[in-house]
Amino acid sequence: MSRVHIVQVGSVLVATLGDELDDESALGLQTDIGERVVRSRGAGVLLDISALDIVDSFICRVLGDTAKVVRVLGAEVAIVGMRPAVAITLVELGLPLDGVTTALTLDAGMAALTRIAAARKRGDASPRTGTLR
Amino acid sequence: MTGFIGAESETLPLMITSDVVHARRRVRERAMAVGLDLVSQTKIVTAASELARNTVIYGGGGQLHIDVVTDDTSVRPRVGLRITFVDEGPGIADLDRAMTGGWSSGTGLGLGLPGSQRLVHEFDIASTPGQGTRITAVLWRRDP
Repeated sequence: MSRVHIVQVGSVLVATLGDELDDESALGLQTDIGERVVRSRGAGVLLDISALDIVDSFICRVLGDTAKVVRVLGAEVAIVGMRPAVAITLVELGLPLDGVTTALTLDAGMAALTRIAAARKRGDASPRTGTLR
Repeated sequence: MTGFIGAESETLPLMITSDVVHARRRVRERAMAVGLDLVSQTKIVTAASELARNTVIYGGGGQLHIDVVTDDTSVRPRVGLRITFVDEGPGIADLDRAMTGGWSSGTGLGLGLPGSQRLVHEFDIASTPGQGTRITAVLWRRDP
């Protein structure tokens, strides 16, 4: 029903998640993004979740796993556009998305990716916000 | 399937994973109709998503009942939304463990049950191995 749309902006892939994300589409996210990262030799990925009105433990795990896949491939990733009510609910659920960079907007996400990539080049041990697991 | 917007009670099927998306949408609509604020709506829809997925995947399918409930026992009467998940699946052998299971438990049930409980005001679970599971969650409207 609702698919994940991926567009390339410069060297960054922007993946927009649909508002009625079913479990199959969520799982397809990892594959789709992994393939696009390799094909585009993209430097980074922004996961735009501004259309999601909820993030439950399953979707949260898929987002976290997708971020890990992107990083293992050698690109950087940030989740952008989380709604305040979603953030409040995630924290209450006990799912703070540890180790994943988040940003308020696409612009802030772009800036975060640049910052992370620069820090990684410098050999900074912990260039990301949050705690890496 | 009965029920329409504004109805007091309705029942939705939870047989396949796409039913989870439909259940989320209906709980959102009912939560809005009963006057829950945005954060409360998000909490009960998130809990519904966790529990609906459990019903489909671990309960072998079942139903979701959505009701508007009132509580006249307190000084100020309260209105809330109640979601009840019923399946006739294998049941949960160790409820205590299921209710304390952490995110990293890897049991599948994982955070779904304890997480959902944290998101609502009232949470009740009854499960008989071999006969099924019934989970009820209520979120009361916060009146000014």
